[in-house]
Amino acid sequence: MTQTNIENSSAADAGVRIGDQHLRSRLIVGTGKYDNLDEMRDSIDASGADCVTVAVRRDRLYDREGQNVLDFLDLSKTVLLPNTAGCYNAQDAVRTARMGREILRNLGNSGADWVKLEVLGDSKTLLPDPMATLEATEQLVDEGFQVLCYTSDDPVTARRLKQAGAVSVMPAGSPIGSGQGILNPNNIRICLEYLKDGDPDYPVIVDAGVGTASDVAFAMELGADGVLLNTAIAHARDPVGMARAMKAAVQAGWWASQSGRIPKRLYATASSPEDGVVASHPYPRGS
Amino acid sequence: MNISLNGEPHVAPNSASLADLLRDLQISCREVAVEVNLELIPRDEHEKHTLVEADRVEVVRLVGGG
Repeated sequence: MTQTNIENSSAADAGVRIGDQHLRSRLIVGTGKYDNLDEMRDSIDASGADCVTVAVRRDRLYDREGQNVLDFLDLSKTVLLPNTAGCYNAQDAVRTARMGREILRNLGNSGADWVKLEVLGDSKTLLPDPMATLEATEQLVDEGFQVLCYTSDDPVTARRLKQAGAVSVMPAGSPIGSGQGILNPNNIRICLEYLKDGDPDYPVIVDAGVGTASDVAFAMELGADGVLLNTAIAHARDPVGMARAMKAAVQAGWWASQSGRIPKRLYATASSPEDGVVASHPYPRGS
Repeated sequence: MNISLNGEPHVAPNSASLADLLRDLQISCREVAVEVNLELIPRDEHEKHTLVEADRVEVVRLVGGG
């Protein structure tokens, strides 16, 4: 019998291309909300992710006792993906993206022209403002950014963002940090169908809402190219353990999506032969 | 002169450059980005960019985020 294991099998998954970057892992993880930065570093290592998101915030200027997130990331093998989290209009998002690019250029990080665009509409739901997101996408693409665009699971909005030049559209499974998983898989399916129509390699990342590993596997089984998450690892009781689970789930889901699941049937189909059974049958065949 | 620095009032020497301001604050410019009056000033322009009264300066860096 041929021995296979996840580590060997995963060598066949070439990873995902987004814009001009090639990521070995289909899992992109955030760097926020950890109890401490040692735990963040260990969790990122365990997740296998080679791309991590970071936020752009005002320097504390006089109170710089806090540790620096950059000191806990191996920048030689990690692509930084700066976000525009916390922005509620296109102008602020564009400013934040420019500042993130400036820092990444100074650091020599290859993700410098990348931005995870978030333009929020509401602080209670953290749902995106679709009009402002589209406006910011158009402007950032004009300025040479590669825009990875956080959006809702609305297929029409997703298509408009791709048409505006986003290198990846990233529909949410459910609200950011909610842990509700993928609430409307049919919308994600339609997003995937629209975004990949005539362009099967166009990368679609499910971003936000993941609660546990099965949500990641499910997103991948739907046909997503990757998953972006943060809270599900950072706020797990054991973040490193959950990071391992997420790594396995993204691989499991990808393999399942490549392998073709069986159709769902109402009735059972026996796995053992029906002929030659040494037993009497209580009902006639077929009833 | 009085400027705004990350939303707070700040007093800087007259005709200080952006680079002077960062040096006074002991900030390594490699890990920050700086905006003056909503416009990004790239690192190689910090020396020649002279601040004026009432400028609004923002100094940002990367932090953990999702």
